[in-house]
Amino acid sequence: MSALAFIELDEGTIKKSSLEAISYASAVEADVTAIAFGSLNDGEADKIGAAGAKKLLHVTDEKLSTGNIMAYSSAIAEAMISEGASLLVLAKSSLGDPVAARVSIKIGASLLTNIVELPDTDAGFKVKNSIYTGKAFAITESKEEKKILVIKKNAIEIKENGGSATVDVFTPTIADNDFKVKVTSRDKTAGEVLLPEADIVVSGGRGLKGPENWAMIEELARTLGAATGCSKPVSDMDWRPHHEHVGQTGVKVSPSLYVAVGISGAIQHLAGVNSSKYILVVNKDPEAPFFKAADYGVVGDAFDIIPKLTEAIKAQQ
Amino acid sequence: MKILVCITHVPDTTSRISFTDGDTKFDKTGVSFIIGPYDDYSLARAVELKGQTGGSITVINVGEAETEPTIRKALAIGADDAIRVNAFPIDALFVAKQIAKVAKEGAYDLILMGRESIDFNGGQVHGMVGELLGIPSVSPVMKLDIDGTTAKIAREIEGGKEYMELDLPFVAGCQEPIAEWKIPNMRGIMSARTKPLNVVDPTSDEAATDVSKFELPPAKSGVKLIDADNLGELVNLLKNEAKVI
Repeated sequence: MSALAFIELDEGTIKKSSLEAISYASAVEADVTAIAFGSLNDGEADKIGAAGAKKLLHVTDEKLSTGNIMAYSSAIAEAMISEGASLLVLAKSSLGDPVAARVSIKIGASLLTNIVELPDTDAGFKVKNSIYTGKAFAITESKEEKKILVIKKNAIEIKENGGSATVDVFTPTIADNDFKVKVTSRDKTAGEVLLPEADIVVSGGRGLKGPENWAMIEELARTLGAATGCSKPVSDMDWRPHHEHVGQTGVKVSPSLYVAVGISGAIQHLAGVNSSKYILVVNKDPEAPFFKAADYGVVGDAFDIIPKLTEAIKAQQ
Repeated sequence: MKILVCITHVPDTTSRISFTDGDTKFDKTGVSFIIGPYDDYSLARAVELKGQTGGSITVINVGEAETEPTIRKALAIGADDAIRVNAFPIDALFVAKQIAKVAKEGAYDLILMGRESIDFNGGQVHGMVGELLGIPSVSPVMKLDIDGTTAKIAREIEGGKEYMELDLPFVAGCQEPIAEWKIPNMRGIMSARTKPLNVVDPTSDEAATDVSKFELPPAKSGVKLIDADNLGELVNLLKNEAKVI
């Protein structure tokens, strides 16, 4: 039995969450093939092997270099058939979700999502998945032989000693119907840590008083190699772009460390961060509800504390 | 333009989540149910689009009789009629098959729903419906304009946005800021009582997954407060206790 892992790229670099997906697949099946679309930076193919894949199917067709949901689904379904794979593993993302959904219909597979642990295969095939926006878990069983597993980000350790992967150029047969959606332009910040992928996130809230005060948040984030996030009011007021909004109706993050600055901790914000391993809260209000969900807290003025904290971290680096 | 808006009936975002029957059932005690927040955005946008181009809005929910107050709220917000597929929504595949059947029979131009439900957070149904109908699906959609039979869309990607064009029909999974949530007015609430709410039987399709048990995450052990004048200690804890920096 073999598994296919769908790899997402960010400017030619493999996303960390995709390496997690390969590692997950290689813990379930011995024979793992990865599939990636678009050009890969030097050295990236080595990471695929180290994470546990034996082969990379590289789709180099220029037409498929930007995330086309329908064409990717067709290509992945075709690759699963040609590789004889009964399992597809990928990371949960805004591209991964719809691709997984369409592939599941094409190949008649069950779809299990938001998975946080390796499966229990003692009797049948069961996974633990995060539900109610991180407030609970379900143990979900697959009733189909073919399965698609969508893995929550930052839930699985990346394997580093897998070996090396051979690279085959893969040219799928894509029907014209799959090119009905025409991407006209993209507007993306380059060179920054992507928020959903980040191992550390530094977020600011209304307590920062205005967008002009974000420099200290960005400086702390740079020092930690972190992504920046924000609360819903901050995004609603256009202080920060929507893709930085963390919460129930924004991005759900699951970093090792979430730093919340000047955010009171409304339940809708907590829903976006409750899968974080550690939470540090900085707020001048000792009664802020966020402290109840935090591991570490500092009560005080963010304008005083954040620059000092940045200096203290630099001093120990 | 005929628009189909698919809504979920989910616990309010402030609900405390707990389970009964040996952790095999969601405990509804004291929980109030709402239209899924993402679905609510898609409904609001549908009402705006209808205002611009005319046409009709049908809402569909796959659920048992208890979801009718939620469906009536969607009618009060501005949908013209509603369909309830009388079945427990077992999993995404089961729900998608019910929606696809209704969508096919009704020949809708546009099928809108939230990017994901807030109970199971799967984000699967829009893609499955699109594939079952052989039409495009786009998600998460944060801007949607229709000009004749062509749509202009902004979709959120990690770290930014992607702009696209496509022809009707298609399926969109929506999120903010596609529209502002609409609060039903008194006239809407009155008229919702008499708008058609048709109950139909589900197709006999089976689900592909089965939830055997629920669990709650372990409780947090409590916050460790560090003095604002002793940030070196905080760095030390993050480095040597939590080992996260």
